[in-house]
Amino acid sequence: MTARSCSLVFLLCLTLIPSPSPGADKKAAKDRPFEPPDLYVSTYKPLPSRPTVITNATVLTAAGERIEGGAVLMRDGKIAAVGRQLPLPAGALVIDARGKWVTPGVIDAHSHLGVYASPEVDAHGDGNEVTDPVTADVWAEHSIWPQDPQIPLALAGGVTAQHILPGSANLIGGRSVTIKNVLGRSAEDMKFPGAPYGLKMACGENPKRTYGTEKGRFPSTRMGNIAGTREAWAEALDYRQEWAEYQSEKDAGKDESPPERNLEMESLLGVLDGKILVQNHCYRADEMLEMIQVAREFGYKIAAFHHAVEAYKIADVLAENGICAALWADSWGFKMEAFDGIRENVALVDHAKNGCAIVHSDSALGIQRLNQEAGKAMAAGRRMGFPLREEDAIRWITINPAKALGIAKQTGSLEPGKMADVVIWSGNPFSVYSKAEQVYIDGALVYDRNDPARQPRTDFSLGLPGEVGGAQ
Amino acid sequence: MRAGALLSALLLLGSASAGAETVAIVGGTVYTVGPAGKIEGATVVLEDGKVRAVGRDVAVPDGARQIDAKGKVVTPGFMDSLTRLGLVEVSQVEGTNDTRPNEDDRFTAAFDVVDGINPRSILFPITRIEGVTRAVVAPQTGESLIAGQGAVIHLGTERSDWLLRSPVAMYAVLGESGAGLAGGARGAAMLRLREAFQDALDYGSNRRAFESGDRREYALSRLDLEALQPVVKGELPLVITVNRASDIEAALRLARDFHLKLIVAGGREAWMVARQLVDAKVPVLLDPMANLPDSFEALGATLESAGLLHKAGVTVAFMTGDSHDVRNIKQAAGNAVSYGMPWDAALAALTLVPARIWGIVDRYGTLEPGKDADVVVWDGDPLETTSYPEHVFIRGVEVPRDSRQIRLRERYKDLSGVGELPYRQ
Repeated sequence: MTARSCSLVFLLCLTLIPSPSPGADKKAAKDRPFEPPDLYVSTYKPLPSRPTVITNATVLTAAGERIEGGAVLMRDGKIAAVGRQLPLPAGALVIDARGKWVTPGVIDAHSHLGVYASPEVDAHGDGNEVTDPVTADVWAEHSIWPQDPQIPLALAGGVTAQHILPGSANLIGGRSVTIKNVLGRSAEDMKFPGAPYGLKMACGENPKRTYGTEKGRFPSTRMGNIAGTREAWAEALDYRQEWAEYQSEKDAGKDESPPERNLEMESLLGVLDGKILVQNHCYRADEMLEMIQVAREFGYKIAAFHHAVEAYKIADVLAENGICAALWADSWGFKMEAFDGIRENVALVDHAKNGCAIVHSDSALGIQRLNQEAGKAMAAGRRMGFPLREEDAIRWITINPAKALGIAKQTGSLEPGKMADVVIWSGNPFSVYSKAEQVYIDGALVYDRNDPARQPRTDFSLGLPGEVGGAQ
Repeated sequence: MRAGALLSALLLLGSASAGAETVAIVGGTVYTVGPAGKIEGATVVLEDGKVRAVGRDVAVPDGARQIDAKGKVVTPGFMDSLTRLGLVEVSQVEGTNDTRPNEDDRFTAAFDVVDGINPRSILFPITRIEGVTRAVVAPQTGESLIAGQGAVIHLGTERSDWLLRSPVAMYAVLGESGAGLAGGARGAAMLRLREAFQDALDYGSNRRAFESGDRREYALSRLDLEALQPVVKGELPLVITVNRASDIEAALRLARDFHLKLIVAGGREAWMVARQLVDAKVPVLLDPMANLPDSFEALGATLESAGLLHKAGVTVAFMTGDSHDVRNIKQAAGNAVSYGMPWDAALAALTLVPARIWGIVDRYGTLEPGKDADVVVWDGDPLETTSYPEHVFIRGVEVPRDSRQIRLRERYKDLSGVGELPYRQ
């Protein structure tokens, strides 16, 4: 991508933020010390596509609608129309999807594919920079191994985009990145054009165990966690001030040398400026409430709490603060802070007025069947008496993660003008028996269960013992 | 005398369950998993903790509680063939985790999960209300190639009578983990296992000489040698966790040499050696969703494993290898179906097949008169993500639909009175 389109990317970034962070003032953008170099921007190019219309399907738009006998028209990589009767453009490929269901592509808000690649050998452990509790300068994309064989497995599960994060060993683990679920020779080839970065933060057991218990250093307690986090943000405010002073001296015509560049602080400033979205690993309700206070103190916004096993206890607070909760359907009990997990967590977060519930995987297995995981969460909600429908539950794995990742204007629902990221399912997508039959990314057919030639494979998967049935 | 008692696997025969009532489940679609197959509109009568009758023309006994199961599905309770249930409350909280001897690097064949099982575990209600009524509890490999002995339990409310069969199997590991424990090479692991079995055989025929100090030194302690006696006699199954096709072949050779009753657990590449498994009559315990090539011994892992093994004629039962996640075993079975295993075979892999493998088929595994009344009434296809049990009976006693998680849910279900949360009142 050229430098010119890079600035376009930045404009996109700015328009993507759902709401400006409380601490971001207009001047901040001008004061920002550095634009990140152009070298790391997306080089993703959509695969070739032709106008395609999927007809006669049960369509879940993730914009609230369920259309029986519905059709979706994809043209030039975008959703051109959705409805019952669509005009067929000349030369369009028509797919009769009778008996099948069509949804937006699945988006996983929490993945470590590429940074914790298969096989899980030590050489592939690239997700946690466990050398310091604050490593805001590291970027997950620089750890992604594009040849991770888990990436095509996720594609077979209907995943069209995923957010890849550093692990949770650190209080501030580094920048996370959203990718299109395609193969490429570099992480940049997969990078979702215009998607904002995330900043991975973590509270609770992992940082204090990693440093206190395992290394005998700070932090070793939850209060240490919070202090370490606040110190980092306090430093970021100072750093911003330094640059502001430098800028005003410079504006006044004084010949000052600029402050020293600090890559860690650049990431934190990106958050304070509202350009980088905080993705906060946090399990316990009380700790999430504390993290909301820290965010208030330093003037940033939390886009989503991840794992959030106790989110149901504070579903009202999360909704009031516009914070999404990215959750497992039913993973629980593996550590103390996961002891209060319940199957109804997703449905209860969703039920709060303006609640934003997400079903995430955090797992190379779970990412292959987020549809089933959402199905379990939907069923648990129904058993509790919530009248949840498929058109409600589909949001948990499409538009809601898109919101939390700042890409909801481009993808996440079947609405005209959005990227044509679409899945055709063999049946009701929440059924254990349904499978993604075709997956489209930007209007291009990137996976076809019935055509081995349309089942991408990474280098690693070639010629392994006992191949069967393509990318299974 | 004492040795003699240890030699045969102890079969614990429970008496009629306390609190078992007479119940008639009427009008459901009943999958007996027995010779009667599927019966539409059938009645299942439970009495004295047993299945009394199953069929279309079965009369409802006087005074029986009737459950209308029209439109519902009735199956035997499910069984997970490899779990840590009862051994752990919170996996990472050491004090609650009795799955393995962590620091002990000798052979721990005498390690018995029964000593650590807590039938009052909060996991039991959480698991059983989702239709899992029985489980094999197995030790986890710690530092020893031979981890110890497992048991079969039920998850019912009878807290004094939860053990169904003990020991049910001995547990060992080969492949990458085994090599790691033996000092780095697969060959070293095999060597150590061979040594263990040879010692066990020698000890078995020379106890007196051993006791009088007139025998060579063994690699194992006396209790471990005792525990291995039923294994080297081919009476107690040896479950080896092993994944790579060539490692499974090595395990088969080991079993042949020592006349062991082998069961393969894990078996990611088992489908590649299916013929040999059939010939040796070795069952495979499988998690059908485990398809990642996450190690070099699982490069052939595939979602089609269960279907391929079944088609080849291998005996397949399902396992989670987990504790908190055991309730999701039905989802695993559903995925096996989705990728090629017949639905009936998947249901059997949760019921009849484990009943046979673990030697409890006389009491469990099908809905047939005389068997223990482990019965589940489902609101739909039991393998479906969205279905759920409406009634769960374990040995004739209906388990209450209650658990710690349900209580948490009820406490926080309605946040409208925030500030007056229940625990403040």
